[in-house]
Amino acid sequence: MTYWLGVLVQTCIYMIAIIGVSILSGFCGLFTLGHAGFMAIGAYTSAIVVNTFDVPIFVGLLAGMLLSTLLGLLIGAPTLRINGDYFIIATMGIGEAIYLLSQYLIPVTGGPYGYMDFHSFRGMEALFYVVPILIVVIVVTYFFIKSKHGRNIVALRENEMAALTVGINVYRYKMISMGYSCALCGLAGGLLAHYMTNVNPAMFTSTKSNDLVIAVVLGGRGSLTGAIIAAMILTPLPELLRFSSAQEWRLIMYGLTIVLVILFRPTGLYGDREFSISGLAKWIKRHSQRLMKRGEN
Amino acid sequence: MVLFFQQIINALAIGGIYALMSVGYALIYSLLRFTNFAHSVAVTFGSYAIYVALTHITSNFYLGLIFGVLVGAVIALIIELTAYKPLLIKNSARSSLTIIGLGISTIGTNMIILIFSSRFKVIPTDFGGKSIQLLGAYISVLDIIIIAICLVMLLGVFLFINKTRTGLAIRAASHDLDSTALMGVDVQKFLSIIFILAGAMAGIAGVMLATKYQAYPSLATTMTNKSFISSVVGGLGSLGGAVAGSFILSTGEVMISGYVSSELRDLFSYGLLILVLLVRPYGLMGKRFDDKA
Repeated sequence: MTYWLGVLVQTCIYMIAIIGVSILSGFCGLFTLGHAGFMAIGAYTSAIVVNTFDVPIFVGLLAGMLLSTLLGLLIGAPTLRINGDYFIIATMGIGEAIYLLSQYLIPVTGGPYGYMDFHSFRGMEALFYVVPILIVVIVVTYFFIKSKHGRNIVALRENEMAALTVGINVYRYKMISMGYSCALCGLAGGLLAHYMTNVNPAMFTSTKSNDLVIAVVLGGRGSLTGAIIAAMILTPLPELLRFSSAQEWRLIMYGLTIVLVILFRPTGLYGDREFSISGLAKWIKRHSQRLMKRGEN
Repeated sequence: MVLFFQQIINALAIGGIYALMSVGYALIYSLLRFTNFAHSVAVTFGSYAIYVALTHITSNFYLGLIFGVLVGAVIALIIELTAYKPLLIKNSARSSLTIIGLGISTIGTNMIILIFSSRFKVIPTDFGGKSIQLLGAYISVLDIIIIAICLVMLLGVFLFINKTRTGLAIRAASHDLDSTALMGVDVQKFLSIIFILAGAMAGIAGVMLATKYQAYPSLATTMTNKSFISSVVGGLGSLGGAVAGSFILSTGEVMISGYVSSELRDLFSYGLLILVLLVRPYGLMGKRFDDKA
């Protein structure tokens, strides 16, 4: 039972990170290959802050969020002004550099063995942290994408030139998306650190970064619901497929799904729609009518 | 001094391999304005092709090399025809091409792990530890062969691009793909040629890397990342820049691991990447490409 609760906690934590990346890659259309690095920043910062200053976990999480956001904006400031390719490259570089640094700076991070012995969640305490934070994140993100700012971000993804002409400050909104995604990834990293009781570099490899983007692409570019569903399916998957060579098969299926989705359903599984009660009611009504018509014939 | 001379030879060999791969990145970027993240697949298949060739088919290194080149070229062509071409015809966003490349590279690496396991494979060649003495330094025969083959290949590609009719069409297409198509050039055919060329060079790079370091599944992704950094340092889409960037990166890496610490080598590469992006994002010789209409 506790095992499955653990899987649940991890799913919630990764969902926070995937929602963050969804704002950047899904809504704003800027792909990233290094957001596991920002999770690492959040994780190490939170663990180190809590350990050295003996403050509550909450303060550590905030510190991790802050530092990861600042770093993200620092990287975004020069690269978001130019062609999107350079941004992808920069995120890849920063993700890889953070990974290598966390291995190399042994006095600070503990090197490959990881940073240990800091104040962590005890047992089920994790759930009481993670679930409320996740709910707050979902609600805030929902209102953010429904707001004027959210619409501006989608507009600039669809056509940057047109967005610029109607007076949207494209650069500013790219920076906002970058900051938002880095803040959420930093938060998720911090939560992961206090849940795992150990932070080591292997938790934040480039494969993890790719997994985040893949989840967003599969869920639907520009759909919060899609990101949530993708997180619910993809995060527990490695736990379920633990037998022998299942890991390689899983990654092959990941890759294949990506290729097929991009070729045949470029908007992702959930497209850019959102789940809503009225939408569900309409869907049921439409399909029941269709079924009834079929029955009459 | 002797150590320094040895390091220089080593840097030239590694730089040559990086250059073969980064020219592939630059060629595709100059035409299509996207980064081919599936490039590592051709390198991986090249490095395992030489392993299969030398353990099962032949004992001649050069026949194995040709086999590796063919495998790399065929893989690149398959990737272009099945994944990139449909997207290019549909005129999809460039980010779709990037992400599909990522998916293909995940498939490729894990297929190799399933087939060959993730153990290191030694390539049985008769170079072994053979070396010759030059100016008091011991230089491995393999490094000399690598440098020679890389130089010949790079020279060949530059002559092909700058002196032939096909090369002229490719250069025209890199200025403006759509106008070139309007002038009656069969652009799709030339895109396939470019992918075959890039794949063949990736195949050679794979063979060289496997012979120099042994073959293992993540070898290609590590090394293509480095060559990608070189092509960014030199300027995306610039062939000369890609070659220059490769030798700058390899020299820096070899000197750092030789005189400072080998652990700092990768950190240097990625640090250089970030530094270049912060200070001069278009690289040494890059042109400014804009997303805007």
